[in-house]
Amino acid sequence: MTSARQLVVTDLAVERGGRSVISGLSFEVSAGEALVITGPNGAGKTTLMRALAGFLAPKSGQIELRIGPPGSTGLTRDDGRSIAEQAHVIGHLNGIKATLTVAENVAFARSFFANGRPPPQAGNPEAIDASASDEIDAALDKLGLGNLAAIPAGLLSAGQKRRLCLARLLVAQRPVWLLDEPTVSLDALSTRLVASLIDAHVNGGGMALIVTHVPLGLSNYRELELRPAGGTSGRPDADTEKSESAPS
Amino acid sequence: MIAPFRALIGRDITLALRDGAGLGTALGFYLIVVTMLPLGLGPDMKLLSRIAPGMLWIAMLLAALLSMARLFEADQEDGSLEVLATGSLPLELVVMAKAFAHWLTTAVPLALITPVLGLLLNLDLAANGPLVLTMLAGTPAISFLGAIGAALTLRARRGGLLVALLVLPLYIPTLIFGISAVSAIVLDTGAFGPSILILTAISLLSIVLAPIASAAALRMQFE
Repeated sequence: MTSARQLVVTDLAVERGGRSVISGLSFEVSAGEALVITGPNGAGKTTLMRALAGFLAPKSGQIELRIGPPGSTGLTRDDGRSIAEQAHVIGHLNGIKATLTVAENVAFARSFFANGRPPPQAGNPEAIDASASDEIDAALDKLGLGNLAAIPAGLLSAGQKRRLCLARLLVAQRPVWLLDEPTVSLDALSTRLVASLIDAHVNGGGMALIVTHVPLGLSNYRELELRPAGGTSGRPDADTEKSESAPS
Repeated sequence: MIAPFRALIGRDITLALRDGAGLGTALGFYLIVVTMLPLGLGPDMKLLSRIAPGMLWIAMLLAALLSMARLFEADQEDGSLEVLATGSLPLELVVMAKAFAHWLTTAVPLALITPVLGLLLNLDLAANGPLVLTMLAGTPAISFLGAIGAALTLRARRGGLLVALLVLPLYIPTLIFGISAVSAIVLDTGAFGPSILILTAISLLSIVLAPIASAAALRMQFE
Protein backbone atom coordinates (compact mmCIF):
# COMPACT_ATOMS: atom_id res chain seq x y z
CA MET A 1 0.00 0.00 0.00
CA THR A 2 1.48 3.28 -1.02
CA SER A 3 -1.15 5.64 0.29
CA ALA A 4 -3.21 5.98 3.42
CA ARG A 5 -6.88 5.24 3.04
CA GLN A 6 -9.85 5.71 5.26
CA LEU A 7 -13.42 4.59 4.73
CA VAL A 8 -15.75 7.07 6.35
CA VAL A 9 -19.47 6.46 6.71
CA THR A 10 -21.46 9.43 7.99
CA ASP A 11 -25.06 9.27 9.17
CA LEU A 12 -25.94 6.59 6.65
CA ALA A 13 -29.57 5.68 6.04
CA VAL A 14 -30.63 2.94 3.63
CA GLU A 15 -34.13 1.85 2.73
CA ARG A 16 -35.24 -1.42 1.19
CA GLY A 17 -38.66 -1.35 -0.43
CA GLY A 18 -39.71 1.77 1.46
CA ARG A 19 -38.71 0.26 4.82
CA SER A 20 -35.83 1.81 6.71
CA VAL A 21 -33.16 -0.83 7.29
CA ILE A 22 -30.21 1.28 8.38
CA SER A 23 -30.47 4.76 9.85
CA GLY A 24 -28.04 7.12 11.48
CA LEU A 25 -25.06 4.83 11.09
CA SER A 26 -21.60 6.38 11.31
CA PHE A 27 -18.23 4.68 11.52
CA GLU A 28 -14.71 4.86 10.16
CA VAL A 29 -12.27 2.24 9.08
CA SER A 30 -8.64 3.12 8.42
CA ALA A 31 -6.05 1.25 6.44
CA GLY A 32 -4.67 -1.59 8.52
CA GLU A 33 -7.92 -2.16 10.34
CA ALA A 34 -10.46 -4.94 10.29
CA LEU A 35 -14.04 -4.21 11.21
CA VAL A 36 -16.25 -7.15 12.10
CA ILE A 37 -19.93 -6.37 11.62
CA THR A 38 -22.31 -8.42 13.70
CA GLY A 39 -25.96 -8.28 14.52
CA PRO A 40 -29.10 -10.40 14.46
CA ASN A 41 -30.71 -11.49 11.22
CA GLY A 42 -32.36 -8.54 9.51
CA ALA A 43 -30.19 -5.97 11.23
CA GLY A 44 -29.05 -4.72 7.83
CA LYS A 45 -25.60 -6.27 7.58
CA THR A 46 -25.96 -7.36 3.99
CA THR A 47 -27.75 -4.12 3.15
CA LEU A 48 -24.80 -2.20 4.58
CA MET A 49 -22.35 -4.24 2.55
CA ARG A 50 -24.34 -3.70 -0.63
CA ALA A 51 -24.55 0.02 0.07
CA LEU A 52 -20.78 0.15 0.60
CA ALA A 53 -20.23 -1.77 -2.64
CA GLY A 54 -22.39 0.75 -4.48
CA PHE A 55 -25.20 -1.63 -5.39
CA LEU A 56 -27.68 0.25 -3.23
CA ALA A 57 -28.02 4.00 -3.25
CA PRO A 58 -28.18 5.38 0.30
CA LYS A 59 -31.27 7.38 1.17
CA SER A 60 -29.16 9.89 3.02
CA GLY A 61 -25.72 10.15 4.52
CA GLN A 62 -22.36 9.64 2.91
CA ILE A 63 -19.94 6.85 2.16
CA GLU A 64 -16.50 8.17 1.33
CA LEU A 65 -13.18 6.60 0.66
CA ARG A 66 -10.59 9.17 1.68
CA ILE A 67 -7.12 8.93 0.38
CA GLY A 68 -3.86 10.65 1.12
CA PRO A 69 -0.10 10.24 1.13
CA PRO A 70 1.30 7.74 3.65
CA GLY A 71 1.42 9.00 7.20
CA SER A 72 -0.64 12.10 6.58
CA THR A 73 -3.61 12.89 8.77
CA GLY A 74 -5.59 15.25 6.57
CA LEU A 75 -7.01 12.77 4.09
CA THR A 76 -8.97 14.19 1.21
CA ARG A 77 -11.99 12.69 -0.35
CA ASP A 78 -11.19 10.32 -3.17
CA ASP A 79 -13.41 11.42 -6.01
CA GLY A 80 -11.64 9.60 -8.76
CA ARG A 81 -12.89 6.11 -8.25
CA SER A 82 -15.81 4.64 -6.41
CA ILE A 83 -15.30 2.24 -3.55
CA ALA A 84 -16.51 -0.63 -5.71
CA GLU A 85 -13.51 -0.18 -7.97
CA GLN A 86 -11.08 -0.48 -5.09
CA ALA A 87 -12.84 -3.20 -3.19
CA HIS A 88 -13.24 -6.91 -3.43
CA VAL A 89 -16.85 -7.74 -2.71
CA ILE A 90 -17.58 -11.27 -1.56
CA GLY A 91 -21.33 -11.72 -1.36
CA HIS A 92 -23.57 -14.64 -0.55
CA LEU A 93 -23.16 -16.03 -4.04
CA ASN A 94 -19.75 -17.24 -5.10
CA GLY A 95 -19.73 -15.82 -8.61
CA ILE A 96 -17.78 -18.71 -10.07
CA LYS A 97 -18.59 -20.43 -13.35
CA ALA A 98 -19.50 -24.10 -13.08
CA THR A 99 -18.32 -25.01 -16.57
CA LEU A 100 -14.92 -23.36 -16.24
CA THR A 101 -12.19 -25.27 -14.44
CA VAL A 102 -10.95 -24.14 -11.07
CA ALA A 103 -7.79 -22.67 -12.61
CA GLU A 104 -9.75 -20.93 -15.39
CA ASN A 105 -12.01 -19.29 -12.85
CA VAL A 106 -9.02 -17.89 -11.00
CA ALA A 107 -7.29 -16.90 -14.23
CA PHE A 108 -10.35 -14.95 -15.30
CA ALA A 109 -10.60 -13.21 -11.93
CA ARG A 110 -6.92 -12.37 -12.17
CA SER A 111 -7.07 -10.79 -15.60
CA PHE A 112 -10.44 -9.16 -14.99
CA PHE A 113 -9.43 -7.49 -11.73
CA ALA A 114 -5.68 -7.13 -11.94
CA ASN A 115 -5.78 -5.48 -15.33
CA GLY A 116 -3.20 -7.96 -16.56
CA ARG A 117 -0.48 -6.67 -14.26
CA PRO A 118 0.95 -8.96 -11.61
CA PRO A 119 -0.28 -7.56 -8.31
CA PRO A 120 2.41 -6.70 -5.78
CA GLN A 121 2.31 -9.11 -2.89
CA ALA A 122 3.25 -7.88 0.53
CA GLY A 123 5.72 -10.10 2.32
CA ASN A 124 6.21 -12.30 -0.70
CA PRO A 125 8.66 -10.45 -2.93
CA GLU A 126 9.57 -13.37 -5.18
CA ALA A 127 5.95 -13.55 -6.33
CA ILE A 128 6.15 -10.14 -7.98
CA ASP A 129 7.93 -11.56 -10.97
CA ALA A 130 6.02 -14.79 -11.01
CA SER A 131 4.18 -15.54 -14.20
CA ALA A 132 0.41 -15.64 -14.28
CA SER A 133 0.11 -19.39 -13.97
CA ASP A 134 2.54 -19.52 -11.05
CA GLU A 135 0.50 -16.90 -9.31
CA ILE A 136 -2.73 -18.80 -9.90
CA ASP A 137 -1.14 -22.03 -8.67
CA ALA A 138 0.15 -20.25 -5.58
CA ALA A 139 -3.31 -18.88 -4.76
CA LEU A 140 -4.90 -22.29 -5.27
CA ASP A 141 -2.26 -24.02 -3.14
CA LYS A 142 -2.81 -21.48 -0.40
CA LEU A 143 -6.52 -22.28 -0.40
CA GLY A 144 -5.94 -26.02 -0.58
CA LEU A 145 -7.33 -26.35 -4.11
CA GLY A 146 -4.00 -27.02 -5.83
CA ASN A 147 -4.80 -30.61 -6.81
CA LEU A 148 -8.24 -29.62 -8.17
CA ALA A 149 -7.02 -26.99 -10.66
CA ALA A 150 -8.13 -28.89 -13.79
CA ILE A 151 -11.56 -29.88 -12.48
CA PRO A 152 -14.72 -27.99 -13.55
CA ALA A 153 -15.73 -25.75 -10.68
CA GLY A 154 -19.27 -27.14 -10.78
CA LEU A 155 -18.01 -30.44 -9.38
CA LEU A 156 -16.55 -28.90 -6.23
CA SER A 157 -18.20 -29.19 -2.84
CA ALA A 158 -19.87 -26.13 -1.34
CA GLY A 159 -16.89 -25.38 0.88
CA GLN A 160 -14.42 -25.80 -1.96
CA LYS A 161 -16.50 -23.45 -4.11
CA ARG A 162 -16.39 -20.88 -1.33
CA ARG A 163 -12.62 -21.18 -1.13
CA LEU A 164 -12.38 -20.83 -4.90
CA CYS A 165 -14.47 -17.69 -4.65
CA LEU A 166 -12.01 -16.31 -2.09
CA ALA A 167 -9.12 -16.97 -4.47
CA ARG A 168 -9.89 -13.72 -6.23
CA LEU A 169 -8.82 -11.87 -3.08
CA LEU A 170 -5.34 -13.29 -3.60
CA VAL A 171 -4.78 -12.95 -7.34
CA ALA A 172 -5.82 -9.30 -7.54
CA GLN A 173 -4.69 -6.81 -4.96
CA ARG A 174 -7.34 -4.36 -3.83
CA PRO A 175 -7.13 -2.20 -0.72
CA VAL A 176 -10.64 -2.77 0.60
CA TRP A 177 -12.21 -6.16 1.31
CA LEU A 178 -15.97 -6.28 1.82
CA LEU A 179 -16.69 -9.82 2.93
CA ASP A 180 -20.27 -10.88 3.59
CA GLU A 181 -20.13 -14.08 5.60
CA PRO A 182 -16.96 -15.34 3.92
CA THR A 183 -16.89 -18.51 5.98
CA VAL A 184 -20.28 -19.87 4.92
CA SER A 185 -20.00 -23.65 4.43
CA LEU A 186 -16.32 -23.65 5.39
CA ASP A 187 -14.95 -26.11 7.95
CA ALA A 188 -13.00 -25.04 11.03
CA LEU A 189 -9.64 -25.38 9.31
CA SER A 190 -10.68 -23.28 6.32
CA THR A 191 -12.22 -20.69 8.61
CA ARG A 192 -8.84 -20.27 10.30
CA LEU A 193 -7.30 -20.01 6.85
CA VAL A 194 -9.68 -17.18 5.95
CA ALA A 195 -8.84 -15.46 9.22
CA SER A 196 -5.13 -15.69 8.43
CA LEU A 197 -5.74 -14.23 4.95
CA ILE A 198 -7.64 -11.31 6.45
CA ASP A 199 -4.90 -10.80 9.06
CA ALA A 200 -2.25 -10.75 6.35
CA HIS A 201 -4.26 -8.30 4.26
CA VAL A 202 -4.84 -5.96 7.20
CA ASN A 203 -1.23 -6.16 8.37
CA GLY A 204 -0.16 -5.29 4.85
CA GLY A 205 -2.06 -2.00 5.09
CA GLY A 206 -5.36 -3.19 3.70
CA MET A 207 -8.82 -2.61 5.06
CA ALA A 208 -11.38 -5.31 5.72
CA LEU A 209 -15.05 -5.19 6.63
CA ILE A 210 -16.39 -8.60 7.50
CA VAL A 211 -19.95 -9.62 8.21
CA THR A 212 -19.94 -12.82 10.18
CA HIS A 213 -21.92 -14.86 12.65
CA VAL A 214 -19.01 -17.02 13.77
CA PRO A 215 -15.94 -15.81 15.65
CA LEU A 216 -13.14 -15.85 13.08
CA GLY A 217 -10.24 -15.62 15.50
CA LEU A 218 -8.74 -12.52 13.90
CA SER A 219 -5.66 -11.26 15.68
CA ASN A 220 -6.79 -7.65 15.74
CA TYR A 221 -10.15 -6.18 14.95
CA ARG A 222 -12.90 -3.82 16.01
CA GLU A 223 -16.51 -4.81 16.21
CA LEU A 224 -19.61 -2.98 15.02
CA GLU A 225 -22.92 -4.35 16.12
CA LEU A 226 -25.93 -3.48 14.02
CA ARG A 227 -29.41 -3.49 15.48
CA PRO A 228 -32.64 -3.72 13.54
CA ALA A 229 -33.58 -0.14 12.73
CA GLY A 230 -36.66 1.96 13.34
CA GLY A 231 -38.50 0.03 16.06
CA THR A 232 -38.53 -3.16 14.09
CA SER A 233 -36.57 -5.11 16.68
CA GLY A 234 -39.64 -6.97 17.85
CA ARG A 235 -40.29 -8.71 14.53
CA PRO A 236 -40.17 -12.48 14.40
CA ASP A 237 -37.01 -14.02 12.97
CA ALA A 238 -38.87 -15.69 10.13
CA ASP A 239 -39.62 -12.27 8.67
CA THR A 240 -36.16 -10.86 9.01
CA GLU A 241 -34.52 -14.00 7.69
CA LYS A 242 -36.02 -13.31 4.30
CA SER A 243 -34.52 -9.89 3.79
CA GLU A 244 -31.20 -11.25 4.97
CA SER A 245 -30.96 -14.26 2.72
CA ALA A 246 -32.36 -12.63 -0.38
CA PRO A 247 -30.03 -9.69 -0.79
CA SER A 248 -31.01 -8.94 -4.34
CA MET B 1 -8.98 -1.47 -19.56
CA ILE B 2 -8.30 -3.62 -22.62
CA ALA B 3 -7.15 -6.68 -20.68
CA PRO B 4 -10.31 -7.12 -18.56
CA PHE B 5 -12.43 -6.44 -21.64
CA ARG B 6 -10.65 -9.16 -23.59
CA ALA B 7 -10.72 -11.51 -20.61
CA LEU B 8 -14.50 -11.14 -20.35
CA ILE B 9 -15.05 -11.73 -24.07
CA GLY B 10 -12.79 -14.79 -23.86
CA ARG B 11 -14.64 -16.11 -20.85
CA ASP B 12 -18.06 -15.71 -22.47
CA ILE B 13 -16.92 -17.37 -25.68
CA THR B 14 -15.45 -20.29 -23.71
CA LEU B 15 -18.66 -20.60 -21.71
CA ALA B 16 -20.80 -20.49 -24.85
CA LEU B 17 -18.71 -23.12 -26.62
CA ARG B 18 -18.47 -25.39 -23.59
CA ASP B 19 -22.12 -25.10 -22.71
CA GLY B 20 -23.28 -25.31 -26.32
CA ALA B 21 -26.95 -25.18 -25.39
CA GLY B 22 -27.46 -21.57 -26.50
CA LEU B 23 -25.93 -21.96 -29.94
CA GLY B 24 -27.36 -25.46 -30.44
CA THR B 25 -30.87 -24.27 -29.66
CA ALA B 26 -30.52 -21.24 -31.92
CA LEU B 27 -29.21 -23.26 -34.87
CA GLY B 28 -31.80 -25.99 -34.34
CA PHE B 29 -34.63 -23.47 -34.14
CA TYR B 30 -33.44 -21.71 -37.29
CA LEU B 31 -33.26 -25.03 -39.14
CA ILE B 32 -36.71 -26.19 -37.98
CA VAL B 33 -38.46 -22.93 -38.85
CA VAL B 34 -36.91 -22.80 -42.32
CA THR B 35 -37.67 -26.47 -42.91
CA MET B 36 -41.32 -25.97 -41.98
CA LEU B 37 -41.85 -23.03 -44.32
CA PRO B 38 -42.02 -25.01 -47.60
CA LEU B 39 -44.27 -27.54 -45.87
CA GLY B 40 -46.64 -24.78 -44.82
CA LEU B 41 -46.55 -22.74 -48.02
CA GLY B 42 -46.56 -25.56 -50.55
CA PRO B 43 -43.94 -26.43 -53.15
CA ASP B 44 -44.33 -23.30 -55.26
CA MET B 45 -40.68 -22.75 -56.17
CA LYS B 46 -41.24 -19.21 -57.48
CA LEU B 47 -43.08 -18.12 -54.36
CA LEU B 48 -40.44 -19.65 -52.07
CA SER B 49 -37.64 -18.03 -54.01
CA ARG B 50 -39.31 -14.64 -53.76
CA ILE B 51 -39.96 -14.74 -50.03
CA ALA B 52 -36.73 -16.60 -49.11
CA PRO B 53 -34.61 -13.57 -48.03
CA GLY B 54 -37.37 -12.19 -45.81
CA MET B 55 -38.16 -15.56 -44.28
CA LEU B 56 -34.51 -16.30 -43.59
CA TRP B 57 -34.04 -12.89 -41.99
CA ILE B 58 -37.08 -13.26 -39.73
CA ALA B 59 -36.22 -16.83 -38.74
CA MET B 60 -32.66 -15.74 -37.98
CA LEU B 61 -33.88 -12.81 -35.86
CA LEU B 62 -36.09 -15.08 -33.78
CA ALA B 63 -33.35 -17.71 -33.43
CA ALA B 64 -30.83 -15.12 -32.25
CA LEU B 65 -33.39 -13.79 -29.81
CA LEU B 66 -33.84 -17.20 -28.15
CA SER B 67 -30.60 -17.03 -26.19
CA MET B 68 -30.86 -13.28 -25.60
CA ALA B 69 -32.75 -13.59 -22.33
CA ARG B 70 -29.89 -15.66 -20.88
CA LEU B 71 -27.33 -12.97 -21.61
CA PHE B 72 -27.20 -11.70 -18.03
CA GLU B 73 -29.40 -14.29 -16.35
CA ALA B 74 -26.73 -16.96 -15.96
CA ASP B 75 -24.30 -14.44 -14.46
CA GLN B 76 -27.00 -13.10 -12.18
CA GLU B 77 -27.87 -16.55 -10.84
CA ASP B 78 -24.37 -17.48 -9.74
CA GLY B 79 -23.39 -14.02 -8.54
CA SER B 80 -20.89 -13.38 -11.34
CA LEU B 81 -22.74 -10.29 -12.49
CA GLU B 82 -22.06 -8.47 -9.23
CA VAL B 83 -18.44 -9.56 -9.41
CA LEU B 84 -18.26 -8.12 -12.92
CA ALA B 85 -19.89 -4.93 -11.68
CA THR B 86 -17.12 -4.36 -9.11
CA GLY B 87 -14.30 -4.73 -11.63
CA SER B 88 -12.30 -1.81 -12.94
CA LEU B 89 -14.23 -2.14 -16.19
CA PRO B 90 -17.23 0.25 -16.38
CA LEU B 91 -20.53 -1.63 -16.49
CA GLU B 92 -21.14 -0.23 -19.98
CA LEU B 93 -18.05 -2.03 -21.25
CA VAL B 94 -19.04 -5.20 -19.39
CA VAL B 95 -22.32 -5.11 -21.33
CA MET B 96 -20.44 -4.38 -24.54
CA ALA B 97 -18.10 -7.34 -24.04
CA LYS B 98 -20.95 -9.69 -23.24
CA ALA B 99 -23.08 -8.53 -26.17
CA PHE B 100 -20.08 -8.83 -28.50
CA ALA B 101 -19.44 -12.39 -27.30
CA HIS B 102 -23.13 -13.15 -27.85
CA TRP B 103 -22.89 -11.80 -31.38
CA LEU B 104 -19.78 -13.86 -32.12
CA THR B 105 -21.16 -17.10 -30.72
CA THR B 106 -24.78 -16.84 -31.86
CA ALA B 107 -25.41 -14.37 -34.65
CA VAL B 108 -22.28 -15.10 -36.69
CA PRO B 109 -22.88 -18.89 -36.83
CA LEU B 110 -26.53 -18.24 -37.74
CA ALA B 111 -25.50 -15.91 -40.56
CA LEU B 112 -22.90 -18.35 -41.85
CA ILE B 113 -25.30 -21.31 -41.99
CA THR B 114 -27.85 -19.25 -43.94
CA PRO B 115 -26.69 -20.31 -47.47
CA VAL B 116 -27.35 -23.96 -46.56
CA LEU B 117 -30.86 -23.14 -45.39
CA GLY B 118 -31.31 -20.93 -48.45
CA LEU B 119 -31.21 -24.11 -50.56
CA LEU B 120 -34.35 -25.32 -48.79
CA LEU B 121 -36.16 -22.15 -49.87
CA ASN B 122 -34.85 -22.10 -53.44
CA LEU B 123 -32.98 -18.90 -52.70
CA ASP B 124 -31.34 -17.35 -55.75
CA LEU B 125 -27.69 -18.48 -55.53
CA ALA B 126 -26.53 -14.99 -56.45
CA ALA B 127 -28.27 -13.68 -53.35
CA ASN B 128 -26.34 -15.92 -50.96
CA GLY B 129 -23.28 -13.71 -50.60
CA PRO B 130 -25.20 -10.44 -50.13
CA LEU B 131 -27.62 -12.12 -47.74
CA VAL B 132 -24.82 -13.35 -45.46
CA LEU B 133 -23.13 -9.98 -45.75
CA THR B 134 -26.28 -8.09 -44.73
CA MET B 135 -26.78 -10.48 -41.83
CA LEU B 136 -23.23 -9.98 -40.59
CA ALA B 137 -23.65 -6.22 -40.92
CA GLY B 138 -27.08 -6.16 -39.31
CA THR B 139 -26.81 -8.68 -36.48
CA PRO B 140 -24.67 -6.57 -34.10
CA ALA B 141 -27.82 -4.48 -33.66
CA ILE B 142 -29.67 -7.64 -32.65
CA SER B 143 -27.19 -8.61 -29.94
CA PHE B 144 -26.68 -5.10 -28.60
CA LEU B 145 -30.34 -3.96 -28.67
CA GLY B 146 -31.26 -7.33 -27.21
CA ALA B 147 -28.93 -6.61 -24.30
CA ILE B 148 -31.24 -3.74 -23.29
CA GLY B 149 -34.20 -6.11 -23.14
CA ALA B 150 -32.16 -8.75 -21.32
CA ALA B 151 -31.06 -6.21 -18.70
CA LEU B 152 -34.58 -4.81 -18.22
CA THR B 153 -36.16 -8.22 -17.72
CA LEU B 154 -33.34 -9.66 -15.59
CA ARG B 155 -35.39 -9.97 -12.45
CA ALA B 156 -38.69 -10.80 -14.15
CA ARG B 157 -39.75 -14.40 -14.00
CA ARG B 158 -40.10 -15.95 -17.43
CA GLY B 159 -38.47 -12.92 -18.92
CA GLY B 160 -37.75 -14.63 -22.25
CA LEU B 161 -41.00 -13.71 -23.95
CA LEU B 162 -40.89 -10.26 -22.42
CA VAL B 163 -37.48 -9.70 -24.03
CA ALA B 164 -38.99 -10.61 -27.40
CA LEU B 165 -41.88 -8.19 -26.91
CA LEU B 166 -39.56 -5.41 -25.83
CA VAL B 167 -36.87 -5.66 -28.46
CA LEU B 168 -38.55 -7.11 -31.57
CA PRO B 169 -40.02 -3.67 -32.47
CA LEU B 170 -36.48 -2.28 -32.26
CA TYR B 171 -35.34 -4.82 -34.85
CA ILE B 172 -37.75 -3.53 -37.50
CA PRO B 173 -35.31 -1.03 -39.09
CA THR B 174 -32.62 -3.72 -39.26
CA LEU B 175 -35.08 -6.10 -40.89
CA ILE B 176 -36.31 -3.54 -43.42
CA PHE B 177 -32.87 -2.48 -44.60
CA GLY B 178 -31.49 -6.02 -44.47
CA ILE B 179 -34.18 -7.27 -46.81
CA SER B 180 -34.08 -4.22 -49.06
CA ALA B 181 -30.35 -4.79 -49.54
CA VAL B 182 -30.89 -8.41 -50.58
CA SER B 183 -33.85 -7.53 -52.80
CA ALA B 184 -31.69 -4.96 -54.52
CA ILE B 185 -29.36 -7.76 -55.63
CA VAL B 186 -32.14 -10.17 -56.63
CA LEU B 187 -34.13 -7.52 -58.54
CA ASP B 188 -31.00 -5.64 -59.61
CA THR B 189 -32.29 -2.20 -58.54
CA GLY B 190 -28.89 -0.89 -57.54
CA ALA B 191 -30.00 0.02 -54.01
CA PHE B 192 -27.66 -2.46 -52.33
CA GLY B 193 -25.03 0.09 -51.36
CA PRO B 194 -27.25 2.61 -49.54
CA SER B 195 -29.21 -0.16 -47.79
CA ILE B 196 -26.17 -1.92 -46.38
CA LEU B 197 -24.66 1.40 -45.32
CA ILE B 198 -27.79 2.25 -43.33
CA LEU B 199 -27.79 -1.29 -41.92
CA THR B 200 -24.21 -0.85 -40.75
CA ALA B 201 -25.03 2.57 -39.33
CA ILE B 202 -27.87 1.07 -37.28
CA SER B 203 -25.50 -1.59 -35.95
CA LEU B 204 -22.79 0.92 -35.06
CA LEU B 205 -25.31 3.14 -33.33
CA SER B 206 -26.58 0.17 -31.29
CA ILE B 207 -23.03 -0.84 -30.35
CA VAL B 208 -22.42 2.63 -28.94
CA LEU B 209 -25.77 3.48 -27.37
CA ALA B 210 -27.26 0.16 -26.28
CA PRO B 211 -24.58 -0.64 -23.65
CA ILE B 212 -25.32 2.69 -21.95
CA ALA B 213 -29.03 1.92 -21.70
CA SER B 214 -28.37 -1.67 -20.75
CA ALA B 215 -25.90 -0.77 -17.99
CA ALA B 216 -28.37 1.75 -16.58
CA ALA B 217 -31.03 -0.99 -16.51
CA LEU B 218 -28.60 -3.38 -14.79
CA ARG B 219 -27.75 -0.82 -12.09
CA MET B 220 -31.46 -0.51 -11.42
CA GLN B 221 -31.68 -4.29 -11.03
CA PHE B 222 -28.92 -4.37 -8.39
CA GLU B 223 -31.05 -2.31 -6.00
